[in-house]
Amino acid sequence: MIRKSLLCLLGLIWTSAANAEWALNMPRGITELSAETFDLHMMVFWWCVAIGVIVFGVMIISIFKHRKSAGATPATFSHSTTAEVIWTAIPCVILLLMAVPSAETMIRLEDSREPDVSIVVTGYQWKWHYKYQDEGIDFFSSLALPSVRARFKESGIDPFSVENYLLEVDRPLVVPRGKKVRLLLTSNDVIHSWWVPEIAIKRDAIPGIINEAWFRATETGTFRGQCAELCGKDHGYMPIVIEVVEVDAYQAWIETHHDAGAKIAQLGTRP
Amino acid sequence: MTAAVADVHDDHGPAKGFKRWLFTTNHKDIGTLYLVFSLTMFFVGGAMALVIRSELMTPGLQFVHPEFFNQMTTMHALVMVFGAVMPAFVGLANWMIPMMIGAPDMALPRMNNWSFWILPVAFGMLISTLFLPGGAPASGWTMYPPLVLQTGDAFPFLIFSVHLMGLSSIMGAINIIVTILNMRAPDMWLLKMPMFVWTWLITAYLLIAVMPVLAGAVTMLLTDQFFGTSFFLAAGGGDPVMFQHIFWFFGHPEVYIMILPAFGVVSEIIPTFSRKPLFGHDSMVYAASSIAFLSFIVWAHHMFTVGMPLSGQLFFMFATMLIAVPTGVKIFNWVATMWRGAMTFETPMLFSLAFVFLFTIGGFSGLMLAVAPADIQYHDTYFVVAHFHYVLVPGSIFAIMAAAYYWLPKWTGYMYNEAAGKLHFWLSTIFVNLTFFPMHFLGLAGMPRRIPDYSTQFTDFNTMASVGAMGFGLSQLVFIYVLLTSKKGARATDRVWEAPRGLEWTVPSPAPYHTFDTPPKVRVAQESFE
Repeated sequence: MIRKSLLCLLGLIWTSAANAEWALNMPRGITELSAETFDLHMMVFWWCVAIGVIVFGVMIISIFKHRKSAGATPATFSHSTTAEVIWTAIPCVILLLMAVPSAETMIRLEDSREPDVSIVVTGYQWKWHYKYQDEGIDFFSSLALPSVRARFKESGIDPFSVENYLLEVDRPLVVPRGKKVRLLLTSNDVIHSWWVPEIAIKRDAIPGIINEAWFRATETGTFRGQCAELCGKDHGYMPIVIEVVEVDAYQAWIETHHDAGAKIAQLGTRP
Repeated sequence: MTAAVADVHDDHGPAKGFKRWLFTTNHKDIGTLYLVFSLTMFFVGGAMALVIRSELMTPGLQFVHPEFFNQMTTMHALVMVFGAVMPAFVGLANWMIPMMIGAPDMALPRMNNWSFWILPVAFGMLISTLFLPGGAPASGWTMYPPLVLQTGDAFPFLIFSVHLMGLSSIMGAINIIVTILNMRAPDMWLLKMPMFVWTWLITAYLLIAVMPVLAGAVTMLLTDQFFGTSFFLAAGGGDPVMFQHIFWFFGHPEVYIMILPAFGVVSEIIPTFSRKPLFGHDSMVYAASSIAFLSFIVWAHHMFTVGMPLSGQLFFMFATMLIAVPTGVKIFNWVATMWRGAMTFETPMLFSLAFVFLFTIGGFSGLMLAVAPADIQYHDTYFVVAHFHYVLVPGSIFAIMAAAYYWLPKWTGYMYNEAAGKLHFWLSTIFVNLTFFPMHFLGLAGMPRRIPDYSTQFTDFNTMASVGAMGFGLSQLVFIYVLLTSKKGARATDRVWEAPRGLEWTVPSPAPYHTFDTPPKVRVAQESFE
């Protein structure tokens, strides 16, 4: 049965490319590091499959051949130093093959030096706050209204009728393509975790601590994620949406924000 | 005449009625109490799991509010970890360790009574929080501050019940160590001890090492909440991440506390039904010891997303990967035990075989989780939920089931209903996979854990998992049927099975209330099996 589920798993992964809606595997993502992470994930997965085929294979052969009802008589051996040395040494070599590339990726993941854009991300119960450090833009990003209306018990709204149910926000995070974006994460109350699978960033937002993460998106588009650390009753209702746009569009977006900001400031000073 | 009087005295049975159970100092009675308590908690925790799975059957909220959902995930974990799995293994240890090492009872029988009776009190208190204003704790069984400090009236109950569970575990562990080290039959050298005894000895040391750490962590939470300290509060100069370090310094050995005795159980059962001695007994002992040692230096792999220094992350990644080596040795040894044996497939063997298969799958996902960059993607998703349920349900719980079927005839004196046992096995195995296998896909596709509602693309696998969970829950009723009819079968012989080895098979079935008034000779017992 296990073999069946393994085969099933392989079959499913094979067809998954054709069926993006029904995702079975980790996304490859839109940054160099998310692709590296994906490759590491697949590498370990295939090692596991290979080890599984051997171990389960031997077990299944035993179960069918060395059974009493098939007339097997039991051997009496209970020890073999050679065998034990082999099956201690080989896993060590395999682990080394996994550890080296993982460490290399890890080192690159942690190198958030010289960013082009810095954004302070603050977790609140239960929404996110973004502050563009150099542009003077800041805003809250909360669950979008259609999802809010549908999320309650007996709301009478079918979640299937809501586009991107629970994964849409009122104001997404906008970032430029090809630029190194550094996130500085912290929290205002309890621990949250900012996670967008497509850029392979999941980093805890912790009160009193500022964490760093960085990414450089290679594609434009809208990418979604969620809070990944239990943060109270509405933990499931604080999604993250990032919009990766070309640099010009990003500049334009900043301008409109500045204009809007100036207008609001004027309104405030009107006699 | 005097001899006859002495016999009467030696042979006194248990007291009658409830006093037998309340005041008992007999290892078999206390073992039974632990096992019955564990089974009860298994159903209580299971009912909570079914609340969770019912809510997650389809997107949208149908049955509960998010607050109550979080209470269910928290209580499900606490009840299953501290109420079902750990007491089950302590119950097995109480029943079997004295019989396996040739001792008349546990070394500290009164403490044994106390360490059991603390448990119903602790869980009575914990479960009563469901009826308090504000409800039960809802911050996850990991109790991370600052969130856990937002718990309502349930908070001190949570802390105090964790203290009590810790006390119970520590006393149980001391008892087991003292028994094993002092009360073995004279010619049972340490390396001759059965694997179940060995793994429990190691587990007991783990318990003594880490339960006080948990007690310290929750006490600091208590003083942060009520006495103005700021151990974990940034506003007062504390550090919320420090709690996670302390918690997981307890939490990771705790994982092995729940699996090492399971290793011991299957190491007893697989040789019996393969009719071949356990392969590499001594290397199994060394492997279990290495796992126990490594369990102390891998805790921060639960924390790859908290922002540790790079060197720390690399260290914990490498140390975690190393655990695969001794764990691999164990699995290879079990397979080598089966190899060229003469296997039969009674219910205990079926559960043990499924254990080896499915625990290995949990081990594979564990290896994937060890790879830190990938772990950043897996962390706090359903992939992790799938991983730890694979090692706990078809891991620990299947081993407990295997142990129950294996030793039940020795406990009751009758063979259980084999057909019902096999039905229980097949239903459990099919449904456990239906429940937990799809969770791997959910996690990889991006579904975080501990959410009461989810985006619509996760619907199909959630529905599968929910159906599987209902099926798994119902299948456990077959086990109840087996237990209720356990005295209806044929009389069990002393040896029960065709080829088991070990002192417990030299005493009558059911085992008399007091076994081994005089220490047995292990060699004589071994020869009688030839």
